[in-house]
Amino acid sequence: MASKYSNMTFMGYRRDNGRVGVRNHVVILPVDDISNAACEAVANNIKGTMALPHAYGRLQFGEDLDLHFRTMIGTGANPNVAAVVVIGIEPGWTKRIVDGIAETGKPVAGFSIEQNGDLKTIMDASRKAKEFVHYATELQREECSISELWISTKCGESDTTTGLGSCPTVGNMYDKLLPEGIYGCFGETSEITGAEHICKARAINPEVGERWYRMWKAYQDEVIEQFKTDDLSESQPTKGNIEGGLTTIEEKALGNLEKIGRTSRYIDILEPAEAPKSGKGLYFMDSSSAAAECVTLMAAGGYVIHTFPTGQGNVIGNPIVPVVKITANPRTVRTMGEHVDVDVSGILRRDLTIDEAGDALIDMIVRTANGRNTAAEALGHREFVMTKLYRSA
Amino acid sequence: MNYPHLLVHEHADNVGVVVVEGLKAGTKMLCCVTADNSTFELEAGADVPIGHKIALKDLKSGDTAIKYGEDIGRFVADVAKGGHVHVHNLKTKRW
Repeated sequence: MASKYSNMTFMGYRRDNGRVGVRNHVVILPVDDISNAACEAVANNIKGTMALPHAYGRLQFGEDLDLHFRTMIGTGANPNVAAVVVIGIEPGWTKRIVDGIAETGKPVAGFSIEQNGDLKTIMDASRKAKEFVHYATELQREECSISELWISTKCGESDTTTGLGSCPTVGNMYDKLLPEGIYGCFGETSEITGAEHICKARAINPEVGERWYRMWKAYQDEVIEQFKTDDLSESQPTKGNIEGGLTTIEEKALGNLEKIGRTSRYIDILEPAEAPKSGKGLYFMDSSSAAAECVTLMAAGGYVIHTFPTGQGNVIGNPIVPVVKITANPRTVRTMGEHVDVDVSGILRRDLTIDEAGDALIDMIVRTANGRNTAAEALGHREFVMTKLYRSA
Repeated sequence: MNYPHLLVHEHADNVGVVVVEGLKAGTKMLCCVTADNSTFELEAGADVPIGHKIALKDLKSGDTAIKYGEDIGRFVADVAKGGHVHVHNLKTKRW
């Protein structure tokens, strides 16, 4: 049945694999930590490119290495990226990432440093990066249906106002847009603790709910039980959460889960940085609750816009995905309003309904998709943080 | 229109959230239950910062705190109706 959201459109970049991006980045991607310097030199040489330096990529193995490759390839493959230059210390793993990104059909080229040195690598990679900038800047936006958006969510520096206002705003957006055919994603495995009975019941069917519960329980048993300290060392809830009035993980989890609204059901579980394979709908991604790690993983899963409710004012952004900040806390609006894209503090005054707030968020999502820079983009927040599962060899 | 000082998610809850800055002890708070927008009055027993919780009735150490209609932890100290509820008198049951 058509709703008032069915005919909404935005101007996006349609990629060769059919996916639609809302940004048009040329990325210089290091395979490993020691290739950061060359990537940053290329990005400095060629205007309109962006290096994504990170801390890992050496001596990883098994599931941890699989996650590294999935994050690298997924980041390059994200529809917000037009073209990618990959630089690694040696050609083998560089090619593996180039080949993974090339499956999207977008331009990608790999360079390796051994037997070339930084300077020759930087020169060769800069020439290719310049070609890619010319290519990307001639691409045109075209009209796309709102149903083609992939929208993820994760909240940060939460307080009690997030559960009252900004998280239900995101939930209202999902309740309205998931029926239109968008892809959604929520996660933060540890942060469902205390509301796991509710989250399990929000699966599309008991089999998916049971798989979700096993995933959640595995993190409890293998990580939390093994390393836990009293109050989890003021990390769940965080010091900022506590300052904002959140006292326990149960309270925080119940507020967090408001992000999936009243009617939305998740249809499948994703590994960290895994792309959805079960069609349109809402997914749960097994992920850290640390903002930069979580948003980086969801971006690698293919999501092109991130909605981020905050209470106390988390300033995070992402280099390739616009992060839309929503807050209901009037003190945060007053003291750090430059970080806020959608002010829903009227919910606390009871002069803005959740339904109206959801529509305001949808309006901001469309404007962001059309090209409006978010607060985090304008302020230069480009936190790109890889998740690591265990110590390197 | 009068704006509320305190919001409560569900009628079953025994704590509410201060949603104004600079709340002083003795304030006769306008409280609103968001589930149905019904209102009631309650006197604040302490200066409580925005976002922090207030007890809706006298609560004893060992009682369960209820918010969103759900269990959010165990009281570890008594708190009087109108009193400030936070890490000094409420603890998770999880870790």
